[in-house]
Amino acid sequence: MTTTVTSHRTRPPAQPDSLRAKRLPWYAAPAIAVAALALSAVVVYGTGIGGPVLVVVLGAILYLVGLFAAANVVEGRRSARNRTWSALIHSTFVLAVLPLVSVVWTLVSKGADRLDVNFFQTSMNNIGARDANGGAYHAIVGTLEQVGIATLITVPLGVLCAIYIVEYGRGKFAFTIRFFVDVMTGIPSIVSGLFVLAFWVLIVSPWFNDGRPSFSGFAAALALSVLMLPTIVRSTEEMLRLVPAPLREGAYALGVPKWKTILRVVLPTALPGIVTGVMLAIARAAGETAPVLLVAGGGAAINTNPFENSQSSLSLFVYQQAGDASKYAPARAWTAALTLVALVLILTIAAKLLARRNRLSR
Amino acid sequence: MGETPHRSADAGTGGTRVTQSHEWPAGASARVAEAPVSTRSPGGTGLGGGGALPRSRKFGAERAFRGLTLAAGTAVLVIIAAIAIFLVAKAVPALRANTENFWSYEGWSPNETEPKFGIGALAFGTVLSSALALLIAVPVALGIALYLSHYAPRRLGTALGFLVDLLAAVPSVVFGLWGRDVFSSPVRDFSVWLNHHFGWIPLFGGDGPFGASVMLGALVLAIMVLPIITSLSREVFLQTPTANEEAALALGATRWEMLRTAVLPYGRPGIIAAMMLGLGRALGETIALALTLGITFGISFNLIQNGGNTIAANIANAFGEANETGRGALIASGLVLFAITLIVNITARAIIYRRREFTESAA
Repeated sequence: MTTTVTSHRTRPPAQPDSLRAKRLPWYAAPAIAVAALALSAVVVYGTGIGGPVLVVVLGAILYLVGLFAAANVVEGRRSARNRTWSALIHSTFVLAVLPLVSVVWTLVSKGADRLDVNFFQTSMNNIGARDANGGAYHAIVGTLEQVGIATLITVPLGVLCAIYIVEYGRGKFAFTIRFFVDVMTGIPSIVSGLFVLAFWVLIVSPWFNDGRPSFSGFAAALALSVLMLPTIVRSTEEMLRLVPAPLREGAYALGVPKWKTILRVVLPTALPGIVTGVMLAIARAAGETAPVLLVAGGGAAINTNPFENSQSSLSLFVYQQAGDASKYAPARAWTAALTLVALVLILTIAAKLLARRNRLSR
Repeated sequence: MGETPHRSADAGTGGTRVTQSHEWPAGASARVAEAPVSTRSPGGTGLGGGGALPRSRKFGAERAFRGLTLAAGTAVLVIIAAIAIFLVAKAVPALRANTENFWSYEGWSPNETEPKFGIGALAFGTVLSSALALLIAVPVALGIALYLSHYAPRRLGTALGFLVDLLAAVPSVVFGLWGRDVFSSPVRDFSVWLNHHFGWIPLFGGDGPFGASVMLGALVLAIMVLPIITSLSREVFLQTPTANEEAALALGATRWEMLRTAVLPYGRPGIIAAMMLGLGRALGETIALALTLGITFGISFNLIQNGGNTIAANIANAFGEANETGRGALIASGLVLFAITLIVNITARAIIYRRREFTESAA
């Protein structure tokens, strides 16, 4: 960089050996890795401070240091930094994959134990600590009903709210709504559960129930609605914004009033994206435990009426079984967890595939 | 409603405000379409014979639909206000009945005849576990995001990115169960090792038992928020203009220098926002921590001894045997949690609104 033109004119530089900069040979990195592992094994077992895990961890650190030093000598500082950071970034990936693979593996291996027909046909009613059977039928019914009701509440409300923000709202008020929708995405699920507990279970439900507060699946649906609403508003909003303006203007030019344009032109165009957002919201709501724990009651019997008496849900079932002292409870918990994850993942994958086919999305 | 924008007589013809259209929502061009029913001046004195056009109807479908959407929009504000109001309404009687200082008392026994409960230890535990989780998760998540966006082969990166998105959807109760049943034993071994060799550091001191500790909770939390932060920051990194990256490479930058000078600065607001969203998740996380922490009431920086508690985990654990005052006390603690997350979220949103390059779709 600092060679000057004058020096070039007076004395041409010696021909370099090669135009390429010097590089570490291909076998340098594996060799350093082996040396680092060997050194760390000697250190760890020599001093007796740990086992094989420590050998690997210390070896990785030594490898990074050794790689940096070797590259620094041969290739220069910048290249050494590049190599070290690249190695670090690759190692974070490995580091994160380990626990996540462990989660998936445990889920499948432990969940398979009780994955039988009985599990999906029975409830936990009259199942004592010594009974090996018992199932999650009541919980599956609860999850489906609660999430279904929550979807029925939030989809119209959320889509209308998004239409207001995108099509009608202007000025401070629309901005405020938008901002608070964003803020609402961050409300912890347990707070929404407490809200419904304070509002519906303790204050409103006694009116229908002879003055006694009553847990119900509907209360859980309300709590889930609070969680689903902002997700649906945000995704619908993004989709409505992606609808090309010429479509709207074409409709206006034909004399179609605005509300009809929105309902007949804008919404159908954005529909696949909206459905994707709704499915993602449903998937998130189906996995929520905390609000259901507070307001649904978590009964052990099959209760198909969401408006009366306590109901359970799959995620709550997992939590209840996890806290159960019976030796058969963990197997039930893991199978229910596997069912729950399967449900959530099917919804999510379907939503993402739908999004991929959507012509509007980026 | 007072927010209905003032319509000037020239609104129907486009008016002067067309030049500001970027401040308007996407449907802004529709002013013209709204105009036929709402802006006819009754006098009809304008140029162009407006009197021939249909007069505005007071209760047309346009107004009805508009009112409907406005009501839906207002519902969001009503819900947020209602959350605050109802929580306060139920919390106040319990706080009145509290015989100790709510902010400083370390303990939670609101069900006795002389209720005693304090938020101090719980709030401390919440902040400590979330901060630790973020400290662990953010560097790793950024590393994975960079790997997926700039190191991995494109096909592999897309496939793994899809997988990360899926992991973000796994319910927290599953992570909690895994943390308690599987992950706690390696963490216990690690804690014992830390205690043996680094016991002189107060963080790793104590006489045990180890395992169900703040460290386990924070690690499980970190693993939970990892996919969220990764997926958001990967999206931002992918949005870096190719021109910037190629310019850096053309100037002779190594790949890391390109990342440092082009990608990371471009993605900074997005990274901050992703961190804040992850923090929001971690603060409000209930079940995973209720299953992994060893529920104690006390302020301690010891990371490896059984103990630790958070506001949300305490609500899940104590709700079962709570009486009237107990419920009120839990609602009061939920109110504090609500306030903390609200502050975090508003800060995050303010950062995002300041720099709009970052569009998040997942959360």
